[in-house]
Amino acid sequence: MTLFIQCLVDQIYPEVGDAMVAVFQKLGISVNCPTEQTCCGQSAYNSGYKSVSKTAAKRFIEIFEKSEVIVCPSGSCVDMVRNHYPSLFRNEPDWHSRAENVGGKTYEFTEYLVDVLKVEDFGASFKEKLTYHDSCHLLRNIGVKDQPRKLISKVAGAELVEMGNSDKCCGFGGTFSIKYPQISTAILDEKLDNIISSGATTVVGCDVGCLMNIQGRLNRKKLPIKTMHIAQLLVQ
Amino acid sequence: MTTISTEHYKNKAKEAIKDDVLQSALAGLQNRLGPATAAMYKNLPEGDELRYKAHEVRMFALDNLDMLLEQLAQKIRQRGGNVFFARDQKEAVNYCLEITRRRKAKLAVKGKSMVSEEIGLNDALIKDGVKAVETDLGEYIVQLAGEHPSHIIAPAIHKTRNQIGSLFEEKLGISYTNDPPTLTKAARKHLRDAFLTADIGFSGCNLACAETGHITTLSNEGNIRLATTLPKVHVAIMGMERIVASLEDHDALFRLLSRGAAAQNLAGYVSYIGGPALDSEIDGPEEFHLVILDNGRSKILADEEFKEILCCIRCAACLNVCPVYGKIGGHSYGCTYTGPIGAVLTPLMTDIGQSKDLFQGESLCGACQDNCPVNINLPRMLLALRAKTAEGDPRWNIKPSSPVEKFIFSIWSKLISNRKAYDFFFRLARFGQKILPTKNGEIRKLPPPFSGWTLDRDMQQIASKSFIQKWKETQK
Repeated sequence: MTLFIQCLVDQIYPEVGDAMVAVFQKLGISVNCPTEQTCCGQSAYNSGYKSVSKTAAKRFIEIFEKSEVIVCPSGSCVDMVRNHYPSLFRNEPDWHSRAENVGGKTYEFTEYLVDVLKVEDFGASFKEKLTYHDSCHLLRNIGVKDQPRKLISKVAGAELVEMGNSDKCCGFGGTFSIKYPQISTAILDEKLDNIISSGATTVVGCDVGCLMNIQGRLNRKKLPIKTMHIAQLLVQ
Repeated sequence: MTTISTEHYKNKAKEAIKDDVLQSALAGLQNRLGPATAAMYKNLPEGDELRYKAHEVRMFALDNLDMLLEQLAQKIRQRGGNVFFARDQKEAVNYCLEITRRRKAKLAVKGKSMVSEEIGLNDALIKDGVKAVETDLGEYIVQLAGEHPSHIIAPAIHKTRNQIGSLFEEKLGISYTNDPPTLTKAARKHLRDAFLTADIGFSGCNLACAETGHITTLSNEGNIRLATTLPKVHVAIMGMERIVASLEDHDALFRLLSRGAAAQNLAGYVSYIGGPALDSEIDGPEEFHLVILDNGRSKILADEEFKEILCCIRCAACLNVCPVYGKIGGHSYGCTYTGPIGAVLTPLMTDIGQSKDLFQGESLCGACQDNCPVNINLPRMLLALRAKTAEGDPRWNIKPSSPVEKFIFSIWSKLISNRKAYDFFFRLARFGQKILPTKNGEIRKLPPPFSGWTLDRDMQQIASKSFIQKWKETQK
């Protein structure tokens, strides 16, 4: 199993990567991690810089194409590799098939645990009220909705309370949040209202991009609610 | 109505976000219609398959548009109707004015039509001495207020009943009330007079069918039927893409249109119109015109990347789930078509560079596509438009719009191509972040171009060691 470490996890939230490794170690699965990996190119792609994202895509494909299976702790990065890489190389048949090959064996973390490994219970215990935020690309482009909820339901002591509109965007949207901060914040505040109304003390998610956004606003508003990547929950 | 600029977009968006009344109206609209439409799709016997089929039906129509429009025009002409192909809004407006002048029309009634908004018909009629009265209640309110619709289907969603009460008191001379039935009755009385005395009726077209040679209009107030049958002349205006090949295709689309627009199985009034009244018919107009409008659509049709946007049937379902529309409302866009559909369509019909905020100001969440009755891949086209502004495209007359951003991404491209350079950059950043203002380990203020982030949010600091670095150390 090869680790595809999202750049935000690599540089800002390395503890999420550590938790992921710990989860696989618990299952006795050997893990490798190409240390030359950097970024999948999603931010460039979403800003319209196709040539930059192509450079990133080619490099990613070269690094990962020999791997048997690739697992990433982010739905939107998997979306990039699985869905957008092939479309970037629409007119380059060779690269297109290499992109499809890599995309076909790249999985999001919870998707891999629940759908492929068919393991849901990791013996974790966390005595708190949790709510789950559905990240947009994970939900709509990868189709992951039930898998994280199944994993959460097996955590001893954890009570999952659904927030209203859990599938509504948190306002992150990559560079959108920097270019249009007021609009982004307005969307984010609605998310916060839903989180607060749920009564949860921790927000669990599968994408640190969204969690960084939510946590950043929670901190600014001095609210005592915490965010947590699902990998971290599974090693509690 | 077009006032598209970065300044307009950002200022109007800010105003809208601060407007509590508007915020609660938008939340009400989205909480009501968003989930209701999704539930209606789910309950279709065919499920999502019908949406996929509808997409194919629309693409087929676009691929055969020339023949289908010819078939439609021929059938309408055979029944004594007139068909005019307008290249742009000017030609469309002039054609309409020729009719009003010839008929010496003083009063026109209008059924709700976004395409008439697109060509600025009301202003042109008024300037030419014709009083044009909107007869859809929402449109009527917006017109009385001297505003433009803020939603494709719910044009007056930005107004409260209290505001409408004051508006009617001022404009219609009734005593103030905020009671909706009383207000509706007052509007009805005024509109009834207009219907009975109008010289001409204008309408849009929800969908046309080539096989039968008719156009169809939908409404829930019956106003379009009155506007298209009582006056002696009926002029319908349709975007040239709003056609399907067969009645079977037409039915599939119709089952979806009302669901997308208002979470209804079918609108209250459906009219199939194929020409003027026949001799055997006791009602209906003696003169019928169909204006088929291009206005930039051919150019979109010719571009494989964007052709799909012409599948749209203007139900506004995407507005009802878009998190951005839900905060900034319709007026921030500064154009006729708003929300996700407007964010793609407007730049293509006007100027991509000038309207770049419309497609950059979207979070790419994808809710729009899920709620679209014809499954249009709006996020794909939002990205394609961003690629035009990023890298330029002479075909669309657009140059790279942000040299600074382009430069940043070219540096980023070099960094992500080399792990050593990448590590070096983050070492610098780790060092650099020490001089930034922090509180409890969180950055309070980031420098440009990231400063937008910390306007309302804190930023987690870069970790002391990257995951890859730690991994390398444990592998030794």
